Amino acid sequence: MSSITTTNLSKAYGEVQALKNINLSVREGEIFGLIGPDGAGKTTLFRILATLLLPDSGSARVAGLDPVGDYKKLRTKLGYMPGRFSLYQDLTVRENLEFFASVFGSSIEENYELIREIYVQIEPFRDRRAGALSGGMKQKLALCCALIHKPEVLLLDEPGTGVDPVSRQEFWDMLRRLRQWGITILVSTPYMDEAELCDRIALIQQGEILTIDTPEKVRAAYPRPLFAVRADDMYRLIRDLRELPGAAGCYAFGESAHLSLRDTAIGLDDVRRYLIERRHEAVEVSPTPATIEDCFIEFLNH
Amino acid sequence: MSRFSAFVKKEFRHILRDRRTLMILFGMPVVQVLLFGFVLTNEIKNAAVAILDPSKDVSSISLTNQLLSSGYFRLERNLSSTEELEPAFRSGKIKMAVVFPPDFAQQLAHEGKAQLQLIGDASDPNAATTLINYANAIVLDWQAAQNRSAAVPPLRIEAQTRMLYNPEQKAVFNFVPGVMTLILMLISAMMTSITLAREKEMGTMEVLLVSPLRPIQIILGKTAPYLVLSFVNALIVVLLGMFVFGMPLRGSVLLLAGECFLYMFVSLSLGIFISTRANTQIAALFMSGLGLMMPTMLLSGFIFPRESMPMALQVIGNIVPATWFNPIIKGIMIKGVGLETLWLNTLVLGFMALFFIAISMRNFKDRLA
Repeated sequence: MSSITTTNLSKAYGEVQALKNINLSVREGEIFGLIGPDGAGKTTLFRILATLLLPDSGSARVAGLDPVGDYKKLRTKLGYMPGRFSLYQDLTVRENLEFFASVFGSSIEENYELIREIYVQIEPFRDRRAGALSGGMKQKLALCCALIHKPEVLLLDEPGTGVDPVSRQEFWDMLRRLRQWGITILVSTPYMDEAELCDRIALIQQGEILTIDTPEKVRAAYPRPLFAVRADDMYRLIRDLRELPGAAGCYAFGESAHLSLRDTAIGLDDVRRYLIERRHEAVEVSPTPATIEDCFIEFLNH
Repeated sequence: MSRFSAFVKKEFRHILRDRRTLMILFGMPVVQVLLFGFVLTNEIKNAAVAILDPSKDVSSISLTNQLLSSGYFRLERNLSSTEELEPAFRSGKIKMAVVFPPDFAQQLAHEGKAQLQLIGDASDPNAATTLINYANAIVLDWQAAQNRSAAVPPLRIEAQTRMLYNPEQKAVFNFVPGVMTLILMLISAMMTSITLAREKEMGTMEVLLVSPLRPIQIILGKTAPYLVLSFVNALIVVLLGMFVFGMPLRGSVLLLAGECFLYMFVSLSLGIFISTRANTQIAALFMSGLGLMMPTMLLSGFIFPRESMPMALQVIGNIVPATWFNPIIKGIMIKGVGLETLWLNTLVLGFMALFFIAISMRNFKDRLA
């Protein structure tokens, strides 16, 4: 049973085509990640699904309702957390929560169970103004506010932006626990590592969806051998590896360089020998599984 | 708690948390009324005068006393010759000089008339004219009193002028209604447009729109607190006018309150209209500042009389709500008239309210962009 479906959804801002024929379907109760860089069209898609924008063509259904025609009804079933921190900075944690609960015709007590795990973490600061919270706390509060009316569908637009890694991890743990309530979660992120935490992901770039699958299958579909290479002079290393005959591409990836090979006959030792010939020191080469980021780069290059 | 009351509660919290704005909101009307009332008046009190009185007789002394006891003049110095006049004016110490002839009382007694010279410092023409007029009036008064006591009153025509409703021509009678139009417009329109623009700027509007709140609930929720604030402010201004400046309230209090609400409603709907156009607080501030405050101050007849404006400005002034509201307050407070006189102004304001509410409802989008 699909909770969100879009059919040939397109939207342009003047000359700029923000979305081109988007087709996707999110199953009920899953965490679906929309992965792509800034400007890929993620926010536009969210706003259309959240009834805030009208598509130029195509259609969508969210929680069984049309965001264009049934927008009033749909708004009661949606939890929406926009990319920017959008709570009232001059109201306290508790007041923000109370306000959003009342506006949706609910109360904190009514759905406390749903937000309990998140709320206990910010409860010590309940009388602090939202503007004085840390990035991670703000994010948790915003999630509580989006959840307080027990929505059927939760739309989270780049919730990880401006949040420290630890809080980001905690946040995702919460999202995964939310699945037990059967809430469908559509989340967008520019962080590739967050993609691994989704049930299924769609890679999106320049308004087009590149692929839709589970993170495992997206990674497994990586078409080439991939090596992680290290050496003392990383800058020269990447430059030299790009010139390796048979290389499909090489880019920095954390502390090592990822080398993708067009020629499957090239082995670890061939790479090592090639680098030693070019006087690289402390060379380490090992095969590595493709990450979502590798897949993304692969899609961009082809 | 219902959606709407939760919304209004939130708005009140915003307002009460923002101490600085709150102080401005309540401080401004008080400061403005006091400023306009005390400082920027057209009346002149205690102007320094010099007297040159070579005759020093009963009549000249009696007239001098009457001038000096009026409250408008105070004796800066007595001069002994006409040569001293010029230096006295040059030094800037005196604003007016009164010069008696050497035989003032005699002339009056024998010829039935005498000459008296009033010299004003017209480097400030308004002040000079005002002072000379005051002095003239006092001289006429004194003359009338003399005539009454005389055995055979000479034949003469006396033009009796009466300044109706404001016999002392207190400027504050003009400023209090003016300040009221300004303050109510400021709080209602400017604050409403800023507070709506703030929701857009902060991104909270996005969340409000996705909530089941209806646009009309958002608008009313935003305006209701300012309606209350504005009304409190109107009350402050009226009370200040009455108890500090002795302004009367001759008409119906209920009618005054009702008309204030009507005007606030027009202002609020203007504020909402602006906010449908402005996406940032700064833009809202500029639009309401330039688009509403300036015309309210300059074109409504509050500071400059509309009669002396060029035709084009008078026409533009007609679309300024304050132009219609100002006569209403004056009418009710000073003249004590009711709806039978003010129905046209009330009707115009009513139409303005409906018009702006209609177009802002049409322009208020319940989606983004």
